[in-house]
Amino acid sequence: MPRTIMELEEQTSVGEVLVRYLVRAQLRSALLMTGLLAAGLFGLPLLFYVLPSLGDMVIAGIRLPWLVLGVLPYPFMALLGFWYSRAAARHERDFLHMIER
Amino acid sequence: MGSAVPEVSVFWTLGGIAVVVVATFAIGAWGSSHARATSDLHRARRLVREERNAAAISGEYLSAASFLGVAGLILKDGSTALWYPIGFASGYLAVMLFIAAPLRRSGAYTVPDFAVVRLDLPWLRWLTTVFVVLIGWLYLVPQFQAAGLTFAVIAELPTWAGAVALLPVVLASVFSGGMRAVTLVQAFQYWLKLFAITFPAFVLFAVFLLGGSAQERLNAPGPVFERDTDVAVETSVTLQVTEPTWLRVTAEPGAPGGPLQPDGTAEVWVPPGDYQVDAGSSLSFGAGTAVPVVAGAEAENGSWMHPASADPASLVGTYSLILATFLGTMGLPHVLVRFYANPSGHGARRTALFVLILLGTFYLFPTVLGLLSRLFAPTLLVTGETDAAVLLLPHAMLDNWLGALLTALTAAGAFAAFVSTSSGLVVSVAGVVASNFQRVKNWHMPVLLLVTAVVPTGVALLVAEQDLARSVGLAFAMAASTFCPLLVLGVWWRRLTALGASVGLLAGGGLVLAALAVSVVWPHPGGLFGELVRQPALVSVPVAFAAMVLVSLGTKQQVPEGVSRMMLRMHAPDRLGFQDGRVRKPVVTKESGGRHRL
Repeated sequence: MPRTIMELEEQTSVGEVLVRYLVRAQLRSALLMTGLLAAGLFGLPLLFYVLPSLGDMVIAGIRLPWLVLGVLPYPFMALLGFWYSRAAARHERDFLHMIER
Repeated sequence: MGSAVPEVSVFWTLGGIAVVVVATFAIGAWGSSHARATSDLHRARRLVREERNAAAISGEYLSAASFLGVAGLILKDGSTALWYPIGFASGYLAVMLFIAAPLRRSGAYTVPDFAVVRLDLPWLRWLTTVFVVLIGWLYLVPQFQAAGLTFAVIAELPTWAGAVALLPVVLASVFSGGMRAVTLVQAFQYWLKLFAITFPAFVLFAVFLLGGSAQERLNAPGPVFERDTDVAVETSVTLQVTEPTWLRVTAEPGAPGGPLQPDGTAEVWVPPGDYQVDAGSSLSFGAGTAVPVVAGAEAENGSWMHPASADPASLVGTYSLILATFLGTMGLPHVLVRFYANPSGHGARRTALFVLILLGTFYLFPTVLGLLSRLFAPTLLVTGETDAAVLLLPHAMLDNWLGALLTALTAAGAFAAFVSTSSGLVVSVAGVVASNFQRVKNWHMPVLLLVTAVVPTGVALLVAEQDLARSVGLAFAMAASTFCPLLVLGVWWRRLTALGASVGLLAGGGLVLAALAVSVVWPHPGGLFGELVRQPALVSVPVAFAAMVLVSLGTKQQVPEGVSRMMLRMHAPDRLGFQDGRVRKPVVTKESGGRHRL
């Protein structure tokens, strides 16, 4: 176990590969969340532009656009943030397991 | 315009603002004498709990643009304006996804520090500092303008008075360190602002529901004056009349003529069209008349409710705004400093998550107030002072003591917003500049603080006020086109070089400045070009990223030597203890099962 940490410190090729692996995993999660945000939220202007009739729909007395733009984005973003913080912590745990093995 | 608020309310409102200022200073004084741990930002790091730190970040972040500007834009533009609060909040998601933890571990707490630590080139510090100052000033100008507007609306003072009144409060707070440095005070500011917007929103919404005319009002083709209304126009506007109407106009003697600018007072018949109205005119509308709106605002409720116009240019504008706000938050000077107060990289991520929740809660309410102001405060559409919606709505809906109380509350909240954001920015910007001097002399810091605060005040006095949320959008565009690529590539891409970073900064920042210059010379260009001049991020951000990547690839041999070590430091889990550039002594922790690790 201590050998791997020393390798990380000294930037031997094994250490560098391990760090690269961690960075990739973290970046993949971050980009996945960005993709979900883009698909779920940032796609809406285009959707309303392509299908203007969606803007006239009424749900529970509230016009659809005011509901999906005024209220829903905030819990959606918090949910994505929560998922990401769990994913990032998991990648870090995996990394620790890997070097401690 | 000011006549909308009677004398008693003015008294209450100024009293409310005074209470906020006194309470904030008191908490600041108590906090710095009481809690040794929270008295100083730098000593406070590692010791502030994530929840409180998140409230402090939100308190500092919710500016005039959030408190007043969002509701104003909703009044004017309808559902398309909802992208402003979404963008302001989503920026923290981007912070969390891309930079929170690595930046905390890098040990840098300003962008210039990061640039130097990561790219190992001293003069890059100066280049990035220039952009910190630019972004700070772009953000500060609308804060001072908003203070001017608030005082003009509630106390009938001239516009410059509010901006000038805000300056000593901000200076007092940054010099005493009382308001700004203490996490407790910033956290208090968040809860104050939240209360100052939720309470009026709940009360007014209840009034609206009990009023019973909800559907009727929403189904009207456009906003209508409920009773006879006099509107005093204080800055020249172009009015868009959609329904032909009779009204009584009083203009300055010797006005140039035209239906809305007669020579003296006249009863005029106005057919649909666009009309110039000069400052100092007064318009009297009869009950039931359709409200003419300032050029550029949505005149009809139908298109106001609907998120998309048929115009592809406005779609491009929306996406440009989304990009600027999503990526710009991470480059704002007062945002990064606070993240350094977190104990660890993991803590930084948790803080960002809490901030997201706190901001999301807040932003539900400006929307409610913006919606109601469309129905109850349509005079603002005539004067163009839509940013005053949150301030004037309580009185427009409740002509009694409750209305006066709510007005006092929203004004106090708005003032808290200017003071906390402005002092946070002034301290961060001056701190960044000061850290560039090899040896900081005693007189440097006061002078820097003074200059940092006075310059935007001066600009705010000289430049005509635009929509608050829009002007702040330019500061976001600047941050998104300069610091976002630097931070994101710096954290995730080991091949970034100093030359690449510099070229990218200059390209992105230069494009935003060019757009700013064009909009000064040519105020209202239309179409696609107009949208991109108002919000250039859709062009400038990709250009900045592309320039950084291409030039870095072209200067491969200059990749800094310590890059692998730096990547390890930024990304390795906190437990390994690389984040301070040194390996910690063996620590026995519960998680490691009592084993000595390291």
